[in-house]
Amino acid sequence: MSAILPSSPAPVRLAAAPPRWRIVLLGLGCCAALAVAGLVMPKWLTFLITMAAANGLVSLGIVILMRGGVVPFGQGMVFAIGGYTAALAFNKLGITDALGLTLAGGTMAALVAAPFAPLLSRYRGIFFAMLTLALSMVTYGLLMKLTVLGGSDGFNMGRPTLLGQTLPDERVGYVLYLLSIGVATVVALMARVYFDSTRGLITLAVRENELRVEYLGGSVRQAMAINFILASFCGGLGGALAVMALGHIEPNFSFWTTSGEFVFVAILAGWQSVAAVFVASMVLEVVRSFSSAYFPNTWQLVLGLFLLFVIRFLPRGIGSLWVKGSTR
Amino acid sequence: MTALLEARGVGKCFGAVVAAADIDICISAGERVSLIGSNGAGKTTFVNMVTGYLKPDAGQITLDGQDITQLHPRAITRLGVARSFQIPQLYTDLTVLDNMLVANACHDQRLSFWQPARRSMAIERADTLLERFRLGEHRDRRVAELPGGVRKLLDIAMALTSAPKLLLLDEPTSGVSAEEKFPMMDTIMAALGEERSTTVLFVEHDMDIVERYASRVVAFYSGRIIADGTPAVALATDDVRRYVTGELLHE
Repeated sequence: MSAILPSSPAPVRLAAAPPRWRIVLLGLGCCAALAVAGLVMPKWLTFLITMAAANGLVSLGIVILMRGGVVPFGQGMVFAIGGYTAALAFNKLGITDALGLTLAGGTMAALVAAPFAPLLSRYRGIFFAMLTLALSMVTYGLLMKLTVLGGSDGFNMGRPTLLGQTLPDERVGYVLYLLSIGVATVVALMARVYFDSTRGLITLAVRENELRVEYLGGSVRQAMAINFILASFCGGLGGALAVMALGHIEPNFSFWTTSGEFVFVAILAGWQSVAAVFVASMVLEVVRSFSSAYFPNTWQLVLGLFLLFVIRFLPRGIGSLWVKGSTR
Repeated sequence: MTALLEARGVGKCFGAVVAAADIDICISAGERVSLIGSNGAGKTTFVNMVTGYLKPDAGQITLDGQDITQLHPRAITRLGVARSFQIPQLYTDLTVLDNMLVANACHDQRLSFWQPARRSMAIERADTLLERFRLGEHRDRRVAELPGGVRKLLDIAMALTSAPKLLLLDEPTSGVSAEEKFPMMDTIMAALGEERSTTVLFVEHDMDIVERYASRVVAFYSGRIIADGTPAVALATDDVRRYVTGELLHE
């Protein structure tokens, strides 16, 4: 028995949760640094980061689900819902505030996804992935056929305002950049808090052993349903930000290849770090931009090789470069 | 003593196989009951029905007078029933402490998006329980690195996080070497000793363990109860000696 239970009296004391103020300061510091850097960046780079932040939000939603052991292949659906909501609210309802449109996009995506959450929370693995893909393709089909939403061509949206201020030509890109990194920072900090919370820990437990969670009194389906709704909210925010930056929306937002790109970023990032999601999203945007400039017909090949490299050498994603240990 | 768990006419079939037939049992608060029987006798089926993993085809199971027959495992857990498993159901990628925190979080009725799982109060509670099971020194190790006996103890410690009224242990010493069984049971019983209100039901094959640690023995054979009494009485019956211990097998 002594081999099993050696009697060493002094256990190592693990620190409680990492101080939140440090994480918040770090996040806000990064955000402020990017905001200042944006003043001197070329416009193409601010646009790239704006898109990386918007798309990163969608991938962060996927990471929320990945922590529970499922990967959705249809986040394009909530991305499109967020985008169409923002664009329609702008064009039809006259709501022009960029922050309001962003929140409207996220809220609508969560509301549309919510009725499906109880159903999806019953499925795992490939079944979950295929169900989410099916939902996104149904959305794609509807958007293609609905002429009132512009059909396959989509439609344009005008220039938003921010907090009552109109945005002149020379500033609109930078303000949308600020908004994107600001929203991304806030959501990233909230995600970090969630991951470290009691609910967040249960999500990790679900990933490894659902049976035991139920026998300990936790609800697996509730955890999965909540994660799906949170992921949808993040996706909707990303869609709204993207459509404001692009000024145009079309059904391709919900196409399966768009969803695939979000999954690509989530796998590239891994599920351990929130910051890694945005780093991976930026990597994708940079690789895509430069590859399509220098290898216009083979940029997907470069992207594929890059992913192979990451899976081979960083199986837990980019985040594993700075997150040590197994649980965070 | 008042009845904590009561089963009346409980039956369960898997096709033509009768796993439980007309089980009547009444367990009082504070008892240490051992379920014995050969493989396939119906012990684990009974445990699975009590915990809601299997639904009986017939009969009724009550806990503290409340019908739990058709309840979901989670609902039964919330009513005060916890269990450990023959093969420990742990989170092997997490540390021992994190496993305890998962148990603590699952038990927490007011789950929070904000409250850290690794808050000091939860860690202190987990540490206290780990010390009771003499697992303190393993607290920061990944479960995947732990030997089988330690995993068994952790499995039980996690079940105790909710301070259950009824604790079901499915073969707590299986897979543990002969010389380690008694010290391990001593550790378990000493840890449980501080939970005096907890009634314990444990499935066991080792009759020495049963004799030493049970206050009552319920013997199963072919889905039926063939003996029910103190260890001295139950283990001496002909049916138990014939069908469970095998002493009268040749007669």
